[in-house]
Amino acid sequence: MDVLIFLIPIALGLGLLGLFAFMWSLKSGQFEDLEGARWRILDDSDLPGREPPSESGEKKI
Amino acid sequence: MTAAERDWNAFAAPKADGTVHMDLAVEGITCAACMSTIERGIRTMPGVTEARVNLTTRRLALEWKPAETEAGALVRRLERLGYRAHPFDPGRRSAEEEAEAKELLRCMAVAGFGAMNIMLLSVSVWAGNASDIDAPTRDLFHWISALIALPVVAYSGRPFFRSAARALRALRTNMDVPISIGVVLTLGLSLFETMRSAEHAFFDSVVMLLFFLLTGRFLDYNMRRRTRSVAENVAALRVESAARILPDGSIRDVPLSKVDPGDLVLVRPGERVSVDGVVEDGASDIDQSLVTGETTLVAVGPGTRVYAGTLNVGGLLRVRVTAATEGTLLDEVNTLLETAAQAKSKYMRLADRAASAYAPVVHASALVTFLGWWLIAGSPVAESLVIAVSVLIITCPCALALAIPAVQVVTSGILFKAGVLLHSGDAIERLAAVDTVVFDKTGTLTLPEPRLLDRDAVDPERLARAGRLARASRHPLGQALAEITRAVAPPLEVREEPGRGIETTVDGRVERLGSPAFCGVDAAAVEALLARFPGASLVAHREGDDAPILVAFEQGLRRDAREVVDRLKAMGLAVAILSGDREAAVAEVATTLGVSDWAAHLGPTDKIARLEALKAAGRRVLMVGDGLNDAPALAAAHVSLSPVTAVHLSQAAADAVFLGDRLAPVVAAVTVSRRARAAMIQNLWLSVIYNLIAVPVAVAGLVTPLIAALAMSGSSVLVTLNALRLRLGAAPVADPGDAEAAPAFVRS
Repeated sequence: MDVLIFLIPIALGLGLLGLFAFMWSLKSGQFEDLEGARWRILDDSDLPGREPPSESGEKKI
Repeated sequence: MTAAERDWNAFAAPKADGTVHMDLAVEGITCAACMSTIERGIRTMPGVTEARVNLTTRRLALEWKPAETEAGALVRRLERLGYRAHPFDPGRRSAEEEAEAKELLRCMAVAGFGAMNIMLLSVSVWAGNASDIDAPTRDLFHWISALIALPVVAYSGRPFFRSAARALRALRTNMDVPISIGVVLTLGLSLFETMRSAEHAFFDSVVMLLFFLLTGRFLDYNMRRRTRSVAENVAALRVESAARILPDGSIRDVPLSKVDPGDLVLVRPGERVSVDGVVEDGASDIDQSLVTGETTLVAVGPGTRVYAGTLNVGGLLRVRVTAATEGTLLDEVNTLLETAAQAKSKYMRLADRAASAYAPVVHASALVTFLGWWLIAGSPVAESLVIAVSVLIITCPCALALAIPAVQVVTSGILFKAGVLLHSGDAIERLAAVDTVVFDKTGTLTLPEPRLLDRDAVDPERLARAGRLARASRHPLGQALAEITRAVAPPLEVREEPGRGIETTVDGRVERLGSPAFCGVDAAAVEALLARFPGASLVAHREGDDAPILVAFEQGLRRDAREVVDRLKAMGLAVAILSGDREAAVAEVATTLGVSDWAAHLGPTDKIARLEALKAAGRRVLMVGDGLNDAPALAAAHVSLSPVTAVHLSQAAADAVFLGDRLAPVVAAVTVSRRARAAMIQNLWLSVIYNLIAVPVAVAGLVTPLIAALAMSGSSVLVTLNALRLRLGAAPVADPGDAEAAPAFVRS
C-alpha cells in the first residue's frame, strides 16, 4: 500500500490544477458570454494571411 | 438630427491605464454574424483597443485611447453598420451584484473540488470497511479528508455563515442558521471521531451539502441576473439623459447622473422632461399622465414646476434643475414610498417560515436523542454525542433549502418567456396568494400612445397626406398620426409654429397641421366632435382654401384589456380601477371593461388609503400601475406589477415588470405563480416526509456516512425534479403575440 504515498498527492495535485484553471478562466472573463463563445470558434478572420470578408455596404476608411 | 449633439463621452468611464471604457446596449444584434460585423467594423478604427460583443446580454463593451478617437465617432460608425446603440448611465450601474455572483461561483468551484476529492477517499474507506482496511490506513484517509474539508468549509461556507450571523444579530432566524449549525457541528464531530480513530467520519457529507446548496443559489442568482440585464437594456432604450445648457450656451446630451441642481436644461417639444425643476423661460403644454395619471394637458410658463417623466408637447422650455425639496410631489411620493416599503419588509417568506418551524424541532430532537442515549440507555457521553450530531447531519436542511429556490428558478424562467421579469424570487409566492387586482388606468389599462377615433369619417387619401406632414412633427399626436398612416418621406421644408402646429407649401398651396384654431376650424365643429367623443384630443389639417378636416385621438385601451379583466374575474379575483384621471374618462374605461369598482381623481396618498382599506378587509392586493403617482401604492400593495414603459421609480418599486403592448402577462403571472406555490408546498412536504423517515434511523444510531450521503443527494434530486415538473405544463402560457411587441434584444 506504499504506493498511496505517491498516488494521493498526485490525485490532489491534479484536482488543485483543475481548480486553479477554473479560477483563472473565471477571472479572465471566459464565463461572461457563453452564448457568443460557441460562435467565436468558427470565426477565423484573426488568422494571419486571411483578409476578413468585405462587409456589405460598408466602405473602408 | 437633433439640435444638441449627445455627449457620448460623458457615458464613458476612464480606466487606470489611460484608456476609456463604455458599455452600450445594442439594438438589432440577432446572431453570430452581427457579432463579427460589429467587432471587425469597430476594431479597424484607429485608437480602439477593444470591441467585444456579448451575445448573451446583447451589449457591446468598447475601450479606446481618448487621444486618438472619441465615443461619438464609434457610435456613428456603429450606426453606419446598421446598429443603434443606447448608452448606460455609468452612475446607475452597481458592480456589487457582479462581485457577489463571482464569489458564489468561486465558492461553488472550491466546494466541488473538495467534494470530489473527499469522496474519492470516502469511497475507499466505505469499501475498506466492508472488506479488510486496517485502522492506520483509515485514519490516514480521514486525516487527509479533514485537511481538505477544513479550508474548503472555511472558504465555501462564508455566504451561509455571513447570512446566518446577520439574521442572528437581528434576532431573527433564516434557513442559513440551521445550515451553519449543521455544517459546523458535523465538521467538529468528524474531527473528534478522526482523533479517536473511529470507523465513521462525515467530511464528505459536509462538503457535498455545501456544494449542493451553492449550486442552487448560483442558479437562482443567474436567473435574476438574466432578467435584470434585460430590464437594464430596456431602461437604456428609453434615453435617460438630459440636454444640458453649458455656460457658453452650447448644448450637450449628458447622462442624468452628470446633471446637478442649479444646472440649466433644454427640453424640446415631444421630449420627456428628464429632471425635476422650475421653468426658466419658454411656454408650453405638459402631458403629466405618467406622473399624475391625468390625461388633460397642463399649461406651463416661467416659474412653473415641472417633474421628471412628464412629456413636453408644446414649445421649447429651459428648465432650472432643482433638488427634491420639501412639499413637492416627488418628495411626497418618496416619503410615502419609504413608509410603504418598510411595512412590506415585515412579510415573512415561505422559506423563512419553514426554517423557523424546522430549526427548533430538529435541534430539540437532537437534544432529546443525546439525553436519551446518555441518561436512559446509559451510553458513554461521547457515543451519545455522536448519535445526537448524526441526527443533525441527516436532517441538515439540504432538501428544505432547495425546496423553494428550485421552484423559484424554474418559475422565473417560465415567466421570463411569458414577458414578466421578476425583481425578487419571493414575489412568486405573494402573487399566488392574490385575491384582488387593482389597475391604474393611464398607461396601464390604456396604451401610452394615443389612438385614432372614427377613422372612417376621414377620406383615407387626405389622411395619408396629413400623415406625411405629421412625420415632420415632434408633437406626440403628430407622431401618432404619422405612425397610423404609415407615412414616410415628410415634405422637405416645414415651418413650425411652437405650440400651434406645422406648415409647408406643396405646389404653391399652403398645407397646415396643428391645433383647430391654427387651421381655421370653426368652434362649432370642434364642439360637435368633442360632444361625440368627450375627452378626445383634436388635430386639424388644412390644404389651401379647402375645408379643413378634424381628427380625434384618445388614449386607447390595450388590445386585450377586456379579455384580461374577464379572465381575472373567471379566476375568482376581484378587479378594481384606481386612477388619478378625471371622473368621466375613468367611468368610460370602467364601463367598457365591465369593472364596477372604480375611483377617479386619486392622489398618491388616496391610492395608499384605498389599498390599506382593502388590506384591512383581509384582501391581498395585486397592484398594476406605471405612473409616479402609483409608485407608493406599488410598494404598499401585497405584490405589484408595472409595464416596462413605466417611470423608473415605479419600476423599481414594483415586484415585477412586464413587456409588450398586451396585459396578458398579468394573467400569466398569477396562474404560473399559483402552480409554483403548489409545487413549493409539495416540496416542503417532501422534505418533511424525508425527515420523518430519516430521523428515527438517526435517533436509533444507525446512520453511517454512506447512508447520510445517499439520503442527502436523494432528497435534493427529488425536490429539484419536482420543481422541473412545472416546466412540462408551461407551454400554453407563452403568448406568441407578445414576441413581436417585445424589444429586439429580449430573447424569446
